[in-house]
Amino acid sequence: MSMQKELWKGNEAIAEAAIRAGCQAYFGYPITPQNEIPEYMSRRMPQAGGVFVQAESEIAAINMVYGASAVGVRAMTSSSSPGISLKQEGISYLVGANLPAVIVNMMRGGPGLGTIQPGQADYFQATRSPGHGDGHMIVLAPASIQEAVDLMWDAFALADQYLTPVMVLADGMIGQMMEPISWKRDQPLPEVDKPWAADGRDGDGKTHFVTSLRLKSADNERFVQDLAQRYRQIQENEVRYEATDCENAEIIIAAFGTTARIASTAVRQLRADGVKAGLFRPITVWPYPDQALRQLVLQDSVKAVLTVEMNLGQMHEDVRLAVRGDKPTPFYGRTGGMVPEPRDIARAAQEALQEVSE
Amino acid sequence: MAERVLFAPPRDRRLFVVLGPFGAGKSEIALNLALALRAQGRQAALADLDLVNPYFRAREQEALLEQAGVRLIAPEGALRHADLPSIPPALWQLVYNQELSGVLDIGGDPTGARVLGAYAGDIIKQRPAVWYVFNQARHDNASAQQALMSLRQIEAQAGLQVEGILHNTHLSHETTAGTLLEGAEAAAEFARTAGLPLICHCVKAALLDQLAGLSPLFPLTLYLRRPWEVD
Repeated sequence: MSMQKELWKGNEAIAEAAIRAGCQAYFGYPITPQNEIPEYMSRRMPQAGGVFVQAESEIAAINMVYGASAVGVRAMTSSSSPGISLKQEGISYLVGANLPAVIVNMMRGGPGLGTIQPGQADYFQATRSPGHGDGHMIVLAPASIQEAVDLMWDAFALADQYLTPVMVLADGMIGQMMEPISWKRDQPLPEVDKPWAADGRDGDGKTHFVTSLRLKSADNERFVQDLAQRYRQIQENEVRYEATDCENAEIIIAAFGTTARIASTAVRQLRADGVKAGLFRPITVWPYPDQALRQLVLQDSVKAVLTVEMNLGQMHEDVRLAVRGDKPTPFYGRTGGMVPEPRDIARAAQEALQEVSE
Repeated sequence: MAERVLFAPPRDRRLFVVLGPFGAGKSEIALNLALALRAQGRQAALADLDLVNPYFRAREQEALLEQAGVRLIAPEGALRHADLPSIPPALWQLVYNQELSGVLDIGGDPTGARVLGAYAGDIIKQRPAVWYVFNQARHDNASAQQALMSLRQIEAQAGLQVEGILHNTHLSHETTAGTLLEGAEAAAEFARTAGLPLICHCVKAALLDQLAGLSPLFPLTLYLRRPWEVD
């Protein structure tokens, strides 16, 4: 294991981290700005004894993940926004079949083909319901390449533990930029017993059948109720966030991913101007750290919570649900591939404070 | 303190091709090199031929170049924001106009170098200085053998032969003098292994005083910042 710092491009680092964490199969299809993930996988997966397939489409890739996962293989795919839209059906099937899988989304500006510049407008499609049905997936939102690397281990572990797809939700900047990282975790995750896997190996006399089809509605309702029970466990146990300078802050800025890094520069600028600003950064955007945010916001000192995103107000809904109208919840966002600048965030914070003082 | 020896682009060359893996620092070096050519009183241009990176490209510094009087050669209009294989026709002016000096900034890895393949025959006739940017902190350039393999793969795709090595070991914002000193030893070994001269050590301005022992030094101003990096 090496703690020496190395410079990696985000997409390459995420691919390498997946392999080191124990990913055995990658299925993907090219789309900017995540192309270095399949490129890197195509070189490295065979060396690591795993499987790489460039599928004929994003839909094929997610269904190959389904197939690999159904036989007990740790599998993943990656794409960017338009490609993730295509994968939604497959993700719903993974949810419906209780299958672990990891999906990396390097978001770009939408809607439609949009642009190849970074965006965060897939928040809803990631956190509300992947595809159709009463499903969820755990959604991890890294703000740096180091965090993205570390989260790959957690993504595969959580997927196995809760038998659920896990999405690593980043934007194109994470994929494209270069940052120093160290390999804090260099051991693959332990193999997990998968007695349900359709691998034809076990002699218990029962046929293993992995499906999301339950024709009796009562059975299907029971399945969904079981899912909901598991989601409650996830909400209780797996919430992650980072709160910086939020104690006694007068304004809290809520932001995820790279936007949180831009917001942290704004927080520094605001503090230099004598404004007590803090930063709340969810690392899990599903489950959302609503209790933690609510507690911070209810401090007497806090006058407003400013949500900042690269979309027109998607996580803003989760912030408002957490705050429940107890404090003002203004919003500042850029979208369509445009990136907010620290001074614009600082200005939005100043304006929000001015509004509440009037 | 030792007398600093500063690098200057050789006056008997007018085309400079900067190659290397992702993250080597090619675009920053290309920008600084183009500005250095202009500072020598030459008519200067920078051709951004990065077709593989969608972000953090030299073309984003159009205002800086324009202000300095350096011509930017890059895809025009909406194509500037794409990663399509679109080659600006003005590239030919840089290749053939003997009054014009300039830098060809090439995308990373063999994939990025492929853009040169079709043009190599024309470019070679102009006796370009073809340089490989070495960053020991890159995971795929950690050893001299790895770096040599990367250099050979890039040469094969580019259709050009590398004639010198620019040492640019860095860890982005975490770069220290120690990073450079350790990298300088690795760069010397890589240069010996490859049988190529070490052209210079690229050092950001803030570290110059601590690295006066390295020679020659090419002081870099860093222009390609991420959106949270502001003064």
